[in-house]
Order: sequence, then C-alpha cells, then structure tokens
Amino acid sequence: MRETRLISTGRSIVLGFALSLAFACPSFAGDTPKHEETPHRYEWSFAGVFGRYDKAQLRRGFKVYKEVCATCHSIKMLAFRNLGQPGGPEFSAEEVKALAESYKIKDGPNDSGEYYERPGRPSDRFPSPFANEQAARTALGGSYPPDMSVLAKARGYSRGFPWFLLDALPGLSYQEHGVDFIVSLMEGYADPPAETQLPPGQFYDPYMPGRRIGMPPPLVDGVVTYDDGSPQTIDQYAKDVSAFLMWSAEPHLDARKRIGLGVLSFLIVFAAMLYFVKRKIWSNVAH
Amino acid sequence: MSGPSKYTPKSAFARWLERRLPILSFMYDSFVAYPTPKNLNYLWTFGMILSFMLVAQIATGVVLAMHYTPEATLAFASVENIMRDVNWGTVLRYAHANGASMFFLAAYIHIFRGMYYGSYKEPRELLWILGVVIFLAMMATGFLGYVLPWGQMSFWAATVITNLFSAIPYVGTAVREWLIGGYSVDNPTLNRFFALHYLLPFVIAAIIGLHVWALHVTGQNNPAGVEVKDEAKDTVPFTPYATMKDAFGLGAFLVLYAWMTFFVPNYLGHPDNYIEANPLVTPPHIVPEWYFLPFYAILRAIPNKLLGVIALFLSIAIAAMLPWLDRSKVKSGSHRPLFRKFYWVFVAVCVGLGYLGAQPAEGVYLWSARILAFYYFLHYVIVLPFLAKYEKTEPVPDSIADAVAAKGGASHA
Repeated sequence: MRETRLISTGRSIVLGFALSLAFACPSFAGDTPKHEETPHRYEWSFAGVFGRYDKAQLRRGFKVYKEVCATCHSIKMLAFRNLGQPGGPEFSAEEVKALAESYKIKDGPNDSGEYYERPGRPSDRFPSPFANEQAARTALGGSYPPDMSVLAKARGYSRGFPWFLLDALPGLSYQEHGVDFIVSLMEGYADPPAETQLPPGQFYDPYMPGRRIGMPPPLVDGVVTYDDGSPQTIDQYAKDVSAFLMWSAEPHLDARKRIGLGVLSFLIVFAAMLYFVKRKIWSNVAH
Repeated sequence: MSGPSKYTPKSAFARWLERRLPILSFMYDSFVAYPTPKNLNYLWTFGMILSFMLVAQIATGVVLAMHYTPEATLAFASVENIMRDVNWGTVLRYAHANGASMFFLAAYIHIFRGMYYGSYKEPRELLWILGVVIFLAMMATGFLGYVLPWGQMSFWAATVITNLFSAIPYVGTAVREWLIGGYSVDNPTLNRFFALHYLLPFVIAAIIGLHVWALHVTGQNNPAGVEVKDEAKDTVPFTPYATMKDAFGLGAFLVLYAWMTFFVPNYLGHPDNYIEANPLVTPPHIVPEWYFLPFYAILRAIPNKLLGVIALFLSIAIAAMLPWLDRSKVKSGSHRPLFRKFYWVFVAVCVGLGYLGAQPAEGVYLWSARILAFYYFLHYVIVLPFLAKYEKTEPVPDSIADAVAAKGGASHA
C-alpha cells in the first residue's frame, strides 16, 4: 500500500535542507518496498479548499454500500440519523425513518428480561452483518472484512519524497489518498500474472498489499440501479461508494472547510493589521 | 526585572493591593517595562508563540478530556464520537492533534535559534538547561497523547517505546512492566497514560515559569550576541514594542496553524491510526510522529538495543551540555564564519535524520542514518569545541546600539 520512490539520501538532505524546518511530514513518507501499484488520482468534489460533498453522489454511494458492501462490511459508527444531517446525503426525515424501520435491531432486556428485535429508529446505528469476527471468518472462508466507518481515512499510500511535501500546500493540497486507493483497488482486479500462485479464495489485485485480496470483485456493471441517470458502471459505482465512505469517515468535512475559510480569512486580515500597527510603533526606533 | 520596580500604582485599589501582594508591579515590570534589545528579529517571537501553544493545547485538551473515555474497548469509539456528535468536536480534535505538531515546530525553531545565536552561553546556561527539560517533558506529553486515540499506531508506538526500557540491564523487564501496568500494553497502560498526559502540561507550565523567570533575570540574548550596556540606547520597553511584534508573529503563525487544522488535518497523521488498536496485528512499519523521527533514526541506527537507547537519551541530554561544549567567547553565529557553515550542516543532518526515521531501517537508509547519527554527536563533541579554540571570529560590535547603527538602523522593516 505504501511505496517508496528511491531517491538518493544526498538529494534528500539537500532538499530537506532547503525546506529546512518545513513541518515535514515523513510519517506519510514511504516505508514499504515497492510491492504494489501506486493508486490513480481521481477528481473529487470534496478536494481542495472549496471542495464540498456532492449530495447526489453520496446518495448513489449509499445505495452501492447498502446493496453491495453491506452484505459483508459493517459501518457501525454510522447512525441512520446521520444520513439526514446537513453536509451528507441529506435524506429527508421521512426517508431516514423509513430506512431505519426497514432494519431489525436487537434490543433488550425488556420488562420480562428478554432480548427482542424491533424495527430500527433514526437514532440507531447500522447493525453489523456478522455477530462477531469469528462468525465473519467462518462465513467468508477466513476473511474478515474491515468496518467501513472510517475506512477512507484508514487507508492511504505514500507519494514519496518530495511529493509528500507538496501535498500540504495551499492550491496543491492532496488529502484524498484513501479514496483514491479504494477506487483503484475496486477497479484493479485482474488475472494474476503467470508466475503468481494464488491460494484458493484469493483474488489478484495489484493495489492491495501483497497484491492479493480475499474479497471477490464486488462490483459488476449494472448491479445497482441508479435513478438519477448516472452511468451504471464499475467505475461510477467505485467512485460513488468511495465518496460515501469519505463522508462516513469525515461527516463534518463541509462544515470544517466552511468554518476554516472564515477563520483563515479573518486571521490573514488580522495578521496584516497587526503588521501595520507593529510597523507604526517601531517607526521611531532604529532597530 | 532586577532592580527596584518601575511601577507606580495609580488607583486606590492598586495601592491597596500593591502593599499586600505586589502582583501588579510584577506584571508591569515583566511584561510592560521589561527592557528588550532593539535588534531582536522575528525568530525571537517564538517564545511567545510557544506560550500561546501551551495554553491552546491545555484549552482544547481539557474540553476533549470531557468527552474522551480512557478505556481500551471504548477509547477509539469515544474519539470518533468526538468527531461525529460533539459540538465543534471535529475542530477541537484536529486543533489539538495539529496543535501538538505546531507546538513542536515552534519549539524546534526556538531551539535552533538559540543554537545559532549562542543563547545558551554565559550567563544563560540555566535558562538553556530549563529549556532542554521543557523539551523532554514536551516529548513525553506528545508521546502519551499519541497513544490516547488507541489506534494501531498508538498501540504499537506505546509498545515500542515502553520496550526501550526493557533494555536496561537486570531490572529492564521489571521497569517496563511497572510502567505499563502489566505484561503488555493494555487498559492499565491507557489509563495511566491519560492521567499523565493530563498532568504533564501543568508541569511544563511550571518549568516555563522558571524558564521565563531566568530569562528576565539575565535578559534576552540578541542577534548581535552582545549584552545590553546602556538600557536607554540598547533597549525598548517590552510593551508596546515586543508585544506588538510578538502579536504579529503569532498572527502569522496562526494562519499556518489554521491551515493545517481546517484544510489538511490528517496530513501529519498516519492512516493506520484510524484502525482500532489490535494487539494481534503488527503494522508493517511502526512510525512515530514526525517530531520524534530524528531521534527514532538515531535509536535504530545502532544495532545494539541498549546502546541504541543510550544514544537516543544522549542525543537529547547532550544539548544540555552545549554551554560547556561550545566555549567560544563570541556568542552569535553572525560573527562566526566557520561556525555558521557547520551550523547549517548540523541543521541539514537533523532534517536528514528526520527523513531517515520514516524510512525502513535497512540498506542505504540504515547506513545513511548511521553516518548522520555519528555526525550528530561529532558536531557536539568535536566540531564545537574545536571551533571554539581555533575559529577566527569576525569583530563583535561594542554594543547593541552600534550593531543597529552598523546595519543602517532601518527605522522601517
């Protein structure tokens, strides 16, 4: 997942020197020898300073999650009510309620001390497809699908030196490593090269660490029906569900960036004013 | 601050208070009348920036602590709860996590400024040593805080770092078990790390108190590296001069801090820390936070565990010895042509070690780390004492006023 661009240490020192104490972030810097393909970069509506989630895309992505991923992947930190919150798919209160009621939730104990199932409420979190890890592994031939709540932030790859330095800069900032990885992974299934022997139940995917994965190719053209006329292709499904996972991992991204713009604008103006006050005060002192 | 107070109480209440607790004159002498050298540059605003960062970390941290659960099965979910359901939780958590990085960034600039201008030299040795102690306490606090979200990197960083103590001969294993409260990192570890993470910032605040006290006794060093001779000619009162300059420095720094917090909040983090801690799965590469990387590189450069740990400890402790390793009579790097070159090489070596600390400890990376780690110590024990003895320094100005006049004494800029 993480790959390293080999660069000479000498060059790294010279450039590192030039950037001196530039809050360098080598924690993202490559650590693994090159085993996997570098994910592609895709366009995201939520990238950059003015980036916001695309509501229609989140709704499509949720549909893909619900009809495909949810068979095996839990998303246990997400509550039904979240789907109605601003900055998300923004389903109406009725839609959220109807959706919640379509799920069975275990509850209890009741007055007679018994556990029971009831229809879901908006405040409930999404029930998991398997009772526990062992149940999942037994049902899925040994694989344990990760929870998807924060998956888009829990995946990434290194862009290597010096690109990772650019990823933090205004105008160039690149924070979508996780979703790019997920899309690349879902589109990356291929026939294994002749020399590769895959154990039974494993599939070849050059983006996965070790280039193999226990998940069968999850997406097929046409498997999910879109009602907004978007193309029903693997490519579209992969991007939509990744956008949905990004929202699930960072549900307040829109608000964060909106507040951030206000804070940053204020601080720039404020700092500029402080500069002129300082200049005026020091104008009568040789220094 | 030394000498009689320059404060005259103006109101009846101020006179009443002044006779009982002279806090007003203390504040006035420390932050208003306190003479600051005229020729300080913007690198001298980082002391104030650091004070601000400590307060910001405590303020955000106290609120986060109200929503955080220091229990191994709940900690990860409680952090996600902060991100999802706590009002302003996303901003608070990102401000605190990035605040730690900004704190260290400012500390590194502050430290390297001191190294360039010889701020550790007589009479500021104790001031410098207190700074090294603060840095150590900051490192401990940062490490403890990184463990709290209980992600994979949290857990494995805690495991790796506490494992270092097991290198101590005879008692190592016992010490480690005592520190983590068991045979492996688990709930007792998380509990005590949270308690200590909450405690240490207040210890840091107390040492900063001593640091500032010592500073106000000796007075600030300055780019010319000569002491204040004539207060009227060489200095300006702290307020409004230094206050406003610090305010602008802080304002500019906050722009960077806000950028990190609001637009690239996970840039300095590791994706693995969004995976809940799992004692059964070791991440392929355990990487500490960026501000520990140079020291991590030194630790890994040495093949023997105990010696590696000693080198790690020495790499920080040796900084406290600077006043006695660099005995050059000339304080400021501005008047030391050869020192200046070695200084920048040293900075490059530190940055290089930081880069290597994030790479796998193998092949060319490992050997580069060994060479740079060796040079790191060489700089302290050979280069600096040698320069102090043989370097031909440039003439030092007689006074700060002379230094300003020689520079053209810009009244703007």
